Amino acid sequence: MTASDQTAELNPALAARRLTPTFNVFGLVRRGIVYLLLSVAAFVSVFPFLWMIVSSTNTAADVLKGKSTFGDALWNNIVTFFTQVDAPRIFWNSAFLAIVGTILTLVISSLAGYGFEMFRSRLRERIFNFLLLMLSIPFAALMIPLFIMMANLKLINTYAAILLPAVASIFIIFYFRQATKAFPAELRDAARIDGLKEWQIFLFVYLPVMRSTYAAAIIIVFMANWNNYLWPLIVLQTNEQKTITLVIQSLSSAYYPEWGVIMVGTILATLPTLIIFFLLQRRFVEGMLGAVK
Amino acid sequence: MPALVLLGLFMIYPILWSLWMSFQTGRGMNFSFGGFANIVRLSQDPIFQRALGNTFTFLVIQVPIMLVLALLFAVALNDSRLWGRGFFRTAIFLPCVTSLVAYSILFKSMFANDGVINDALLTIGLISEPIPWLGDPFWAKVVIISAITWRWTGYNMIFYLAAMQNIDRSIYEAARIDGVPAWARFWYITVPLLKPVILFTSVISTIGTLQLFDEVNTITLGGPSDSTLTLSLYIYNLTFKFMPSFGYASTVSYVIVVLVGILSFLQFMVARDRRR
Repeated sequence: MTASDQTAELNPALAARRLTPTFNVFGLVRRGIVYLLLSVAAFVSVFPFLWMIVSSTNTAADVLKGKSTFGDALWNNIVTFFTQVDAPRIFWNSAFLAIVGTILTLVISSLAGYGFEMFRSRLRERIFNFLLLMLSIPFAALMIPLFIMMANLKLINTYAAILLPAVASIFIIFYFRQATKAFPAELRDAARIDGLKEWQIFLFVYLPVMRSTYAAAIIIVFMANWNNYLWPLIVLQTNEQKTITLVIQSLSSAYYPEWGVIMVGTILATLPTLIIFFLLQRRFVEGMLGAVK
Repeated sequence: MPALVLLGLFMIYPILWSLWMSFQTGRGMNFSFGGFANIVRLSQDPIFQRALGNTFTFLVIQVPIMLVLALLFAVALNDSRLWGRGFFRTAIFLPCVTSLVAYSILFKSMFANDGVINDALLTIGLISEPIPWLGDPFWAKVVIISAITWRWTGYNMIFYLAAMQNIDRSIYEAARIDGVPAWARFWYITVPLLKPVILFTSVISTIGTLQLFDEVNTITLGGPSDSTLTLSLYIYNLTFKFMPSFGYASTVSYVIVVLVGILSFLQFMVARDRRR
């Protein structure tokens, strides 16, 4: 036995170090592979975004030829896009639906989630479990009766038809109930002892504490509303009401799509969600953590 | 509670209505009770069987690939010594911020015959002639599957990452000191502890894939020759493209309801079985 082996045996820190794989060649190779795979994944994930930006500066023919360098058709594409469609109008339509929809959904569904967790009763548990079962009902099964219903209520081509079925979201109720489990009950009890009414507790104690949860919910709901396609496709049939998602889809299904112009629209359709995501990113991860616990 | 009223009105009432409607026949708004006529029609409808088969193909191939990738990325990114974690995490999650329609448009243009994907594959010599991505039944399916995987892998990864943060690090330390190799730590510690989240993601992915619509409607319109037609797209076509046949379309939509029910139940059973 050599002297160094003996030291290793005597010194637990050194022994532990020998076991750590990062210090041998095998570990280095493994880390290399991990970095390589992650880099490939990151490149694949980001490439379509770059493609979108590059293509918006090219002509339709160049996009189809796979030209992946910047061209000089950007201004032309922008002008064509703004003359072909009423861009400010459709952008506003999308924004209105997404913002109003997000606010209403958060108010109604977070109250419900809070209520289910804070005021438990056997009946409420039953209702909640029933709602969880309903979570797995696909939209396709609701689409037809909802459409007939909206037609009977004369709500086709109104924003109410989009908002009404969406604002009570089982997923968001479930999400808020899960997150509320982490809300300290002592805080609520203390507030009650201080004489706060229930609505005050919700507004002034619960809301500020659950900031991260709300941020994550805002991202989820805003994106879902902004990106909604199938239901608006069915109930919004006039051009003045169409959302940006509907418009770029119909542009792209033309027989000879003007790809460069469509890319301008696609960028406009992607920017808001991208900005919201980057603004709220840190809170988003925190909020998800709270809900999965 | 207002939430319950809204849910009752816009969810529970329609779902019952659509069950009732699935036994009705007739076109437009003229219904008559057809008993099991729609179910008989279902069993003889080759387009329906096509759509069902396609949906299952997407489900069986795409969901496992995506979940395994998401899990691997999550494991790699959960390593606190990894350099650039934030960057990789953001990059891989980034596809989730695009709308289904927007990214479908991007994929449609990238997979054009002379498009950038074929160009790249030709340049690195992987293929000798362009692949007719959107014109061939097999390759069209490949495009749809890659597109969905691109969009949703990061989304599932975030769920896994969030769950992994809750695993006590000392378990891994103990296992490492006992000489348990990395793959075994992954298989015997990470996977069992993540089981509830894996179950959750596989159920929501199954529901999502069974409802696949935006992508196929934008990229392929269900073609070529119905090779990417999905159940949801078929329902849409039955209701809003052809002469509306609400009753039969409702029957097809109930096929999705039943499938979601059966598959979710099966996944729960598998998860419970492995716990013993």
